[in-house]
Parts: sequence; C-alpha cells; structure tokens
Amino acid sequence: MSGNSGHVEGQQHPISIYFWIWGLLFVLSALSYMVDILEFQGLLRWSLIITFMLLKAGLIVAVFMHMMWERMAIICAILVPPGVILILIALMALEADYTFFTRLLYFHNPATVPE
Amino acid sequence: MAEALPGIPGQTPGVTGLVSDWASDQRAFKRVPWGKAMMWIFLLSDTFIFACFLVSYMTVRMSAVDTWPEPNIVFGLHMFGYDVPLLLIAIMTFILITSSGTMAMAVKFGYEKNKTMTFWLIIATAFFGASFVGMQAFEWTKLISEGVRPWGNPWGAAQFGATFFMITGFHGTHVTIGVIFLLIIAFKVRRGDLDHERPGFLTGRKGRYEIVETLGLYWHFVDLVWVFIFAFFYLW
Repeated sequence: MSGNSGHVEGQQHPISIYFWIWGLLFVLSALSYMVDILEFQGLLRWSLIITFMLLKAGLIVAVFMHMMWERMAIICAILVPPGVILILIALMALEADYTFFTRLLYFHNPATVPE
Repeated sequence: MAEALPGIPGQTPGVTGLVSDWASDQRAFKRVPWGKAMMWIFLLSDTFIFACFLVSYMTVRMSAVDTWPEPNIVFGLHMFGYDVPLLLIAIMTFILITSSGTMAMAVKFGYEKNKTMTFWLIIATAFFGASFVGMQAFEWTKLISEGVRPWGNPWGAAQFGATFFMITGFHGTHVTIGVIFLLIIAFKVRRGDLDHERPGFLTGRKGRYEIVETLGLYWHFVDLVWVFIFAFFYLW
C-alpha cells in the first residue's frame, strides 16, 4: 500500500485512489457549475465558488501531484511561497478601489467633477 | 487517506524532517529526483505568472466603471432550442479533469514499468488535451466573430477582451506545450527508452520512468490553473 513508498523506486498507490479523486473532482465541478445554473448571488455565490475551487485544487495537488506523500521540506518549499500572493491581492484590491472611485469622481459623471 | 509515512528510509516525517533536510549537507530534498524538484520549482514560478494574470484581471474588473459582461451569457451556447449557460466551458472542465485522471494513472503504471498501459494512458491524456485546445479555438472563433477584441466588446467593459484573451491564451499555450511533450514522452515509452535507459536526445540523461511523473506534475498543474480560471473568470 501507500505506506511504504520510497522515492527512489517511485511511488505505488492503489489505482482506486485515482478513480476516487477523479470522481470527487467531477462532483465538485458539477457542484460549482450548479452554483451558476441555480443563479446563486452575492456572498453565497462566491463563498461556494471559492470553497469548491480550493477543494478541487487541494485534491489535485495532494493526490494527483503526490504532494501528500512528499517530504515536509518540499511541501513547505512549494506551498508556502504562493501565500504571498494574498498580500498582492490585498494591495491590488485597495489600488483597484482607489482607481474605481477616482474614475467615478473625475470621468464617469461630469456633473461631479470638482472645480 | 492521509496516512503518516513511518519507515521510509531517509525520510523523517514532519517538522523534524523539514529541519534535518534544510540543515543537511549538499542537497535539501534528499531522495527526491532532481528532475521532480526542478519541475516543482518551475511550477512555483508559473504559479506566480498565472497569479499575476488573475490578480491583474481582478484589479481591472474591480476598477472598471462600465458593467462587466455577464460570463454565463457571453459563454453560453444555444443548443437544442435552449440557451445553456457555460456549456462549452463545463465540457472543457470535465475533459481536462479526465485528462488529469488518465495522467495520474499513466504515472502509476509507469512506476510499475507497464509499458503498454503507460503509453496508451499518455496518448489518452494527449487526446483529451488536444480536444480541450480545439474547443478553446472554437470558443475564441465564436467570440471574435461576435466582435470581442482586446480593446472592446459589444456587452460592456472594454477590458474584458484583453483579460480573456491573455488568460485563456496563456493557459491554452500551456496545454498545447503539454500535449507536445506528452506525445514525445509517449513515443519514448513505446520505443523502450525508459526501460533501456537510453540517453535523451537533448540532455543525454538516461531514460527513467521518473520523467513520466515529472511530466504528470506539469499536466496536473495545467488542470490546477484551469480550476482557478474556471472559478474566477467564468463563474464569478
């Protein structure tokens, strides 16, 4: 079983695990598609979209890419750095809001342009 | 499923293993094939590239004053008398997941040195990948004929086209490159290069079944990126 996989000889996992993950990814994709079909809006919509997205991403990385069987050193080296993207998202969201309000103020409605 | 790994020679589990790996001499990732470690590091850099695209898309969409085109109308298809939202995108998503499944099994059979199964599963993966690119070409053709351009479109914010073509185009390029490499590796598997450790044409390195896993990492990454594009670009 998966317990005694060595990295030099390569990893051996039962084929059923790939079918399981495949099925789960299908179900999760169908669920996120349902969010659109059922026309959920607002907070419900994007919390569901993000939940299904992260679950799918997690399954692909953990099982298909064998990350859950890797050594801690490589798990941390690969999975920790993308965390800084959250900071980029926060900075750019602030910037985008600023741009949006500036555009509203100066370009969109000429009546509000200050003298 | 997440079993601990007791008794792998040379691998100390958990944080102790992390510290001893990083504090060790010469190489940090003991017993990890260099090709796999390098592929992971390449994928990390690619993660940042796609993150930059998606974050710029967020910035542009948040700051757009005009309304953003409704994805489920823009990407809807008229089939059998119904307007089905996102139909093509849903099919593309399922195809790419399926290709990831066949690739994962190709890696498994590769490590069992089962040449026939590995070959056919890689070919199946390449077939699904190529059909994905084909559908994307169809989608692009449809949108271009409807008047979507990088500088404007008939439905709303002009920035829509620029982000759409850039993000899906870059992802499609990755899929295309992946299909080419899948075909090359499938050919190598069939010819027995990996069994006979035949040196590679470009690198001169001995053929090993590890390269199937390394290629698999790339392919799963392409699927992974699509998960994010699907969520943020098509569903949001």
